[in-house]
Amino acid sequence: MIDTLRLTAEGAKGLLDRKEVSGAELFAAYLEAIGERDPELHCYLHVCEDPGGEGIPIAIKDVIGTKGIPTTAGSKILEGYVPVYDATVVARCKEHGLRILGKTNTDEFAMGSSTENSAYGPSHNPWDPSRVPGGSGGGSAAAVSGGLAPWALGSDTGGSIKQPSSLCGNVGLRPTYGTVSRYGVVAFASSLDQVGPVAKNVRDCAFLYSVIAGRDACDTTTVDVPEIVLPQGDGLKGLRVGVPRELNDHPAIEPGVREAVQRAIELCRELGAEVGECSLPRSVDFGLPCYYLVAPAEASSNLARYDGVRFGYRTPHPADRLDMYKRTRDEGFGDEPKRRILVGTYALSAGYYDAYYGQAQKVRTVIAREHADAFVRFDVLVTPTSPTVAFELGGRTADPLAMYASDLLTIPSCMAGLPGLNVPCGLSEGLPVGLQVIGPQFSENALFRVGHALEQAIGFDGVPERLR
Amino acid sequence: MAEITREQLLHVAHLARLELREDELERLEAQLGDIIAAVSKVSELDLSDVPATSHPLDVVNVWAEDEPRPCLPVEEALANAPERDGNYFRVPPGGAS
Repeated sequence: MIDTLRLTAEGAKGLLDRKEVSGAELFAAYLEAIGERDPELHCYLHVCEDPGGEGIPIAIKDVIGTKGIPTTAGSKILEGYVPVYDATVVARCKEHGLRILGKTNTDEFAMGSSTENSAYGPSHNPWDPSRVPGGSGGGSAAAVSGGLAPWALGSDTGGSIKQPSSLCGNVGLRPTYGTVSRYGVVAFASSLDQVGPVAKNVRDCAFLYSVIAGRDACDTTTVDVPEIVLPQGDGLKGLRVGVPRELNDHPAIEPGVREAVQRAIELCRELGAEVGECSLPRSVDFGLPCYYLVAPAEASSNLARYDGVRFGYRTPHPADRLDMYKRTRDEGFGDEPKRRILVGTYALSAGYYDAYYGQAQKVRTVIAREHADAFVRFDVLVTPTSPTVAFELGGRTADPLAMYASDLLTIPSCMAGLPGLNVPCGLSEGLPVGLQVIGPQFSENALFRVGHALEQAIGFDGVPERLR
Repeated sequence: MAEITREQLLHVAHLARLELREDELERLEAQLGDIIAAVSKVSELDLSDVPATSHPLDVVNVWAEDEPRPCLPVEEALANAPERDGNYFRVPPGGAS
């Protein structure tokens, strides 16, 4: 009997290595769990047949191109699109023998914080299906916590891995910008997009990161990556942990979230870390406005490719080519991509460029410098990942700015190109709370060390209470 | 700077090649006004002496030898075409831009 709710990828590898289960039995166990629970959770947009082999199954966020497997990015404009090549991250997973279980739900073009912007309907949180799993990668996070995949790939532009992992109670890494190839990944905001792992624990997360990370000739923004070390449980002696005031005392943070995070910070001290306070005075107040200029500006350029010419949806019976472009895009895109395309086009248009996009790029420098200053005194910074636990479906859909604020605490470090890890640190109102661990560029090993030590000390049970 | 007029919205929509229906225009006009007002906060900082960041890493150009290698076969390149004509993507004739 395979318990997919508890089985980690490392555990699955052990079962396969010892021949206690066959590859076919393992894959079938996940398909059975999907058949049982996905009608309620709606994590998957497409489920695959077992391709054969003895590798560990994996779920892939639907913004990541998979050869021969539909890839929609949660958008109607890509309905029926079947890539003719694999994204580099998918090719690397296959080289390691990993088998694709299916494609997971996402806010359309990864634009959102709840999966409610998916053209194919929202995913639901396995801890409470009346609540969102977070977003944009809510499908991947809910699949891992709901026992519908041992681990998954997500993508993160301003929090789309970290925030859903926080809301679903699992471990998610947004890697340092440039460490993971974006080749074959549907582009949203190219100076921010990063693919990363979602897993049940820190060791699985670190291992999956080692599978996908590294320089890729097909993505010239990738760089060489330091050797990745799986955490062993070395405690935190000598580690300097900074607590940025503005990201820990923000009025949007719920009391229950604050308490769970403060307990985790106290544990860092007990595990031997030196804990101190610091300040990122402008990163929070200006991070969100900065992100919502830079990301839409880049999105408006990236999404210009959806023109009905080469792939994807085309409006029926266009009068002429211009009519084809305009109606294809009006009918194919949902509200959120339209809002961002319009904001981005506005911010880049003649007469506004310097005041909006140019100014936002300078704010980005300010945010990066503030973080760099903090890392003179500290090895890592800790904050809540999300200011709230999982919110009700429909709770923020009427107000785009309220939805944008979901990523208040994840965005600043993204703007600086820094890695961030979500580690579950407790429950509030019966729902998971996540701790965000941020480090300097290429400090993933330090993040894994902190995450692993806390994971061991906290003993968080990642299986949703109602499914135990 | 925050208000966005109907005329501006239509201009930007045309630049972005989006045909917006009347009901969308009404909804988006208000929402975009709110969003532009919120992001305008970046103008509160005096950053005249701060350089812009367009990319988070210090990377330099990556060069590759100009050597022929296999590429996507025509059939695969056209596999997702909404409409094709032989080895070409087929589109309707122009229209004022």
